[in-house]
Amino acid sequence: MATPASSHGVSVEVNGEQIELEVPARRLLVHFLRDDLGLTGTHVGCDTGNCGACTVHLNGEPVKSCMLLAVQADGARITTIEGLAADGELTLLQRSFNEHHALQCGYCTPGMLMSATALLERTPRPSEEDVRLALQGNICRCTGYVNIVEAVVAVGGGA
Amino acid sequence: MLLREVEYVRPATVEEAVSLLGSYEGARALAGGQTLVNVMKARAAAPDVLVDLADLEELRAIGFSADGLLEIGAMVTYAQLVGSSEVEVARPILAEVAATIADVQVRNRGTVGGNVCVADPTNHLPPLLLALDATFTIRGPESERTVSADEFFVGVYMTAVSEGELLTKVSVPPSSGAGDGFAGLTIGKHGTYVANAAATVSDEGGVRIALGCVDAVPVRASAMEERLAGGDLSAEAVAAAAEGLGASLDPPSDAHGSGDFRRHLAEVSAVRAVLQAASRRKAA
Repeated sequence: MATPASSHGVSVEVNGEQIELEVPARRLLVHFLRDDLGLTGTHVGCDTGNCGACTVHLNGEPVKSCMLLAVQADGARITTIEGLAADGELTLLQRSFNEHHALQCGYCTPGMLMSATALLERTPRPSEEDVRLALQGNICRCTGYVNIVEAVVAVGGGA
Repeated sequence: MLLREVEYVRPATVEEAVSLLGSYEGARALAGGQTLVNVMKARAAAPDVLVDLADLEELRAIGFSADGLLEIGAMVTYAQLVGSSEVEVARPILAEVAATIADVQVRNRGTVGGNVCVADPTNHLPPLLLALDATFTIRGPESERTVSADEFFVGVYMTAVSEGELLTKVSVPPSSGAGDGFAGLTIGKHGTYVANAAATVSDEGGVRIALGCVDAVPVRASAMEERLAGGDLSAEAVAAAAEGLGASLDPPSDAHGSGDFRRHLAEVSAVRAVLQAASRRKAA
């Protein structure tokens, strides 16, 4: 029978790089990414699972990294905001956020981009309703969402 | 946020998980963590050992039993329910309701087992599973037992799953022509329910109605069911059958609504759920 322990070796692929690290069982994935790996693009907004600023992809699906222990991610493939722009080249979605003025303070933006990227992978030409539903778990206090939704819809070729 | 120190273990089999849950004091099963991790942050729960069910593949399956019941493993996520062809064929209301739980990120992690074992009175699945006459399979160290929804939900955050036991699956009868409905009032689209009702209408079983958010556990609207047993499911008949339902309840008051408001909402939700279910019933 496996034995419970307060510290575990975690093996994860983060943005294509294989990482092996011993972490306390109580460490949240978001702190593992930010503090252990220095990937501070993933933000801690509310720390209660409501705001979505900490959204990352776990095996390709968006999840909130403040509602997951790092040890739960053992064996998983993780993509963070730092993993989107391959070789420093912004993705179409990132450029669209820029062009549509889809951010003001920018705090929620990493989470918005991760959720919207996942949507576009499943639904390449999303409607406004698709986008609003996909971004339901991401809260923005600045923009009123209008430009964010336009930026995502535009990537799919919509108006 | 820094959680209290905790030990963690990821068993490879259900037997091992049950054995771990029974061997360590303060051990608790960890499913998707969409409630448990947050209540641990708030220090509202302080388990000493987390038994992570992530590797238990048999708990992630959706299938059919030999006698045709739709079997949903406790670790099946809401996103899995939404995308399941088995659910779509056998009981599509489960996918329809799961699609309205919280948001995409939560639906990717949150599980059926977690939803019912947390047994929060405002959760979506408890009243729905009561209306659908679901059964719950609980594995203990010695044996396995199956309980009805009536027996499963015991109180606020309390179920029939005892210490050292594990919910392994939820079984739901296929609709077989029955119509199902779900209605209520949420705080924001896809938010927490203030009150809700689930209903199913079938030729053999008549009408089953379950109310959420009005008591510690989901409640059957038995008097309303009996009044509808005659088969008249017109809007007028259903509204008449719901009269007095609210007065029979003693729901809590909180920031989202007074007890009186919830009494009213319970009646309205029950009527809407029954009418939706009736409109979806397939003619025999």
